[in-house]
Amino acid sequence: MRQFFDSLVFAAVLVAIWQGLHWFAGDIAIASPGVTAERAMVLLGSPSFWGHFRETFSALGYALAIAVLGGMTIGLVLGLHRLSGEVAEPILVSLYSLPKITLYPLILLIFGLGMSAKVAFGAIHGIIPVAIFTMGAVKTIAPVYFKTARVLQLSRRQLVATVVIPAAIPELVSGLRVGFSLTLLGVLIGEMFASQRGLGFLVMNAIGTLDVPTMMAVVLLLALVAVMISAGLLYLDRRLHHRVA
Amino acid sequence: MSGSVVDMAAAQRGRGFAREPKPGGDMAEVHAELTGVKRVYPGADGGSVHALGPVDLKLARGEFYSVVGPSGCGKSTLLDVLAGLSAPTEGSILFEGREVAGRVPPGIGVVFQEDASFPWLTVQDNIAFGLRRAGTDAAEVDRRVSYAIGFMGLKDFRKAYPAQLSGGMRQRVCIARTLVMQPRLILLDEPFGALDAQTRLLMGDELLKLWRETGATVMLITHALDEAAMLSDRIGVMSARPGRLIADIRTEWPRERDSRIAAEESFGAITSRLWGLLRDETVKAAGMSGSSR
Repeated sequence: MRQFFDSLVFAAVLVAIWQGLHWFAGDIAIASPGVTAERAMVLLGSPSFWGHFRETFSALGYALAIAVLGGMTIGLVLGLHRLSGEVAEPILVSLYSLPKITLYPLILLIFGLGMSAKVAFGAIHGIIPVAIFTMGAVKTIAPVYFKTARVLQLSRRQLVATVVIPAAIPELVSGLRVGFSLTLLGVLIGEMFASQRGLGFLVMNAIGTLDVPTMMAVVLLLALVAVMISAGLLYLDRRLHHRVA
Repeated sequence: MSGSVVDMAAAQRGRGFAREPKPGGDMAEVHAELTGVKRVYPGADGGSVHALGPVDLKLARGEFYSVVGPSGCGKSTLLDVLAGLSAPTEGSILFEGREVAGRVPPGIGVVFQEDASFPWLTVQDNIAFGLRRAGTDAAEVDRRVSYAIGFMGLKDFRKAYPAQLSGGMRQRVCIARTLVMQPRLILLDEPFGALDAQTRLLMGDELLKLWRETGATVMLITHALDEAAMLSDRIGVMSARPGRLIADIRTEWPRERDSRIAAEESFGAITSRLWGLLRDETVKAAGMSGSSR
């Protein structure tokens, strides 16, 4: 209850700052919270908005699936095989710090315009953090679990499915949280520069036509959805970590 | 897999091992045998660390054997090598007449010092874990798990998660998980090391009961001399690293016994004899100068 109240105060402060910025910068740059909310309601009532919305979130779904499955597989293999892990870790970390936007032209050349480029660009944002988190999770599993598995005659497959993955799940959810926000970022960037559909395109299009309220309304709605998904994952994350502690 | 824990125990009792097995003697059947076992680790600075041996040891079927020694002397290494969790650098290990070659043979159960209960499973799922992976049929799993839960006094905690249990309770879960696999040789690596003194005494009694009930051979690694003196048929004393067995002490306790034997006169005598043997080794292991009396 107390936490809910705090969140409410935080939201109110954000809106106040927004209103202040609006007064400072004027209609030409920042629409007021009231106007934005009004425009958001209009958007929510229009079928074309929902088309763009679906486009973005299905791209996010595919990209996230690739990032999570790919990242987990890479992380599991590297975490279980010590030597490959030691070789790959610095490579992964430097890839992680590489600004992925520089790869965008390459992605466009490979995948062309449209859905597949967005998915690919989202996935390359998410896959590395998921891999790094998974590897870390597997490497910190207590050695006594591996010994127990050997005494209980577990096969390699049973070891991974019934010990390694369950033991790593709390950390995997943390990785998924980071992976989710970065994948969304990747998809939106993809839509902003070479796309005819999606919420990223809607934002760029609104900027092009100097339609500030629409631009801000899209950003607002996008932020609301992202915050809700993030909060859900955070809740799951805390619960899982709590159970282990 | 047929037969509950009880049937198994009865079958093993029926096999009739010597009541007071004599190691290496003609009377007792040799259950596990280590010959010239040595373990050398590669050291951090390119050198090598001689951790264990050479060790020669025969465990008679059904005996309760303990190993005591100063910390870091290679007790746990001895257990790992015997269990097949790590391969010896030299020497041979036989379990039930077959070579143990870096793989844990079926029939050996291990209880570790660290908490090995899985936090994502309830108590009963933890205990059933090994049986389910082995493909044992559900009715048989239920039967054995219920028996082990009753035996280890975990009835009220079936559905609890390990995080809700005390350290002693979690160790009971691990012992129960080992028990349901019906091991013929149970190795325990300082299983009560993290528990308080009273809990340790009670767990010792449980362990004796389990040993009698199952007829299994038990090897207990411990640093507590009184624990070894109280529980064992026979106690091996280990030197400072590289660990070698420097003495072999028989307690001559009856098979029916519990922690109350601590009141016996010979209990004190055994404990002080162990300490007499270990004092110098402990001084060496601690790296103190001017050892011995």
